[in-house]
Amino acid sequence: MADEPLVGVVLVSHSGPVADAVAALATGLARGGATAPVAAAGGTEDGGFGTSAELISAAAARVDRGAGVAILTDLGSAVLTVKALVAEGDELPDGARLVDAPFVEGAVAAVVTASAGADLAAVEAAAMEAYDYRKV
Amino acid sequence: MLDADFFRRWLTNAAAAVDREAARLTELDSPIGDADHGSNLQRGFAAVAATLEKEAPTTPGAVLTLAGRQLISTVGGASGPLYGTLLRRTGKALGDDGEVDEARFAEALRTGVDAVAALGGAAPGDKTMLDALVPGVDALGTSFGAARDAAREGALATTPLRARKGRASYLGERSVGHQDPGATSSALLFEALADTARGTDEREPGHG
Repeated sequence: MADEPLVGVVLVSHSGPVADAVAALATGLARGGATAPVAAAGGTEDGGFGTSAELISAAAARVDRGAGVAILTDLGSAVLTVKALVAEGDELPDGARLVDAPFVEGAVAAVVTASAGADLAAVEAAAMEAYDYRKV
Repeated sequence: MLDADFFRRWLTNAAAAVDREAARLTELDSPIGDADHGSNLQRGFAAVAATLEKEAPTTPGAVLTLAGRQLISTVGGASGPLYGTLLRRTGKALGDDGEVDEARFAEALRTGVDAVAALGGAAPGDKTMLDALVPGVDALGTSFGAARDAAREGALATTPLRARKGRASYLGERSVGHQDPGATSSALLFEALADTARGTDEREPGHG
């Protein structure tokens, strides 16, 4: 699998620092060998709270290696913006999809799994499984 | 018949209406939202008006899809993908025809409203844009004026509702007693549509 392209992961938050920090956390926990490409798309282009379609499209293009892109989001407009971009068809790389997962736990699971060379379906399944981890 | 210029004037009028009402939309968004609805839509519709002037698409469908794309990329809040989807789906439903009649437009707008409901997972009564969009599009078969009135009444009728979607839904019962900002801006779109259909001459200088 050494030459197989890795699935990319995009992290979309209403806050730039939150997206950046979760990307750093997930990448840090996945270390050891090759790490899957991860890009943060947090906040608006001027650094405020919100969602930017441009930042999301650019982040997805940056991590696309041809194996698909898993996009994880936090709240409201982040979810809706990604859904709208996916529905557009031509705004995101082929094989980019919104993954239904908790943001932090799902990001860690997705990046660890993608870094191990798993395909997009397996990365998505790992991220979604994070919902099943009960804390109490 | 409605041509590309009609739709361009509609969206230019909508941009002017959003600009005029931005402070009120943000004020409505303060108790139950994050106080950015007016400024977000102001930025989005200003970009729409500028793009339409620059690119001058020649069919109704192209005007609406371009405007929708612009809203998705410039608004920065949930209303961007929602209004963007409304206009894009409506535009796609109109296809490549150079002119469309009112019945065809009403049918296409229904497709757009349905896409908004699917995207947000909301239904009428959830205290969202749909509470103005659905009655508006229902009345569009009668006249543009009837659609404006129905959308406005729909927006006013959101006040006693409890929000079930979006940020306001976190407030539960405390969302009751506030008019929904999204339904209010949706009513503005129908108001701009009725103004455009009346062909108000005083707006002429505004779209150059």
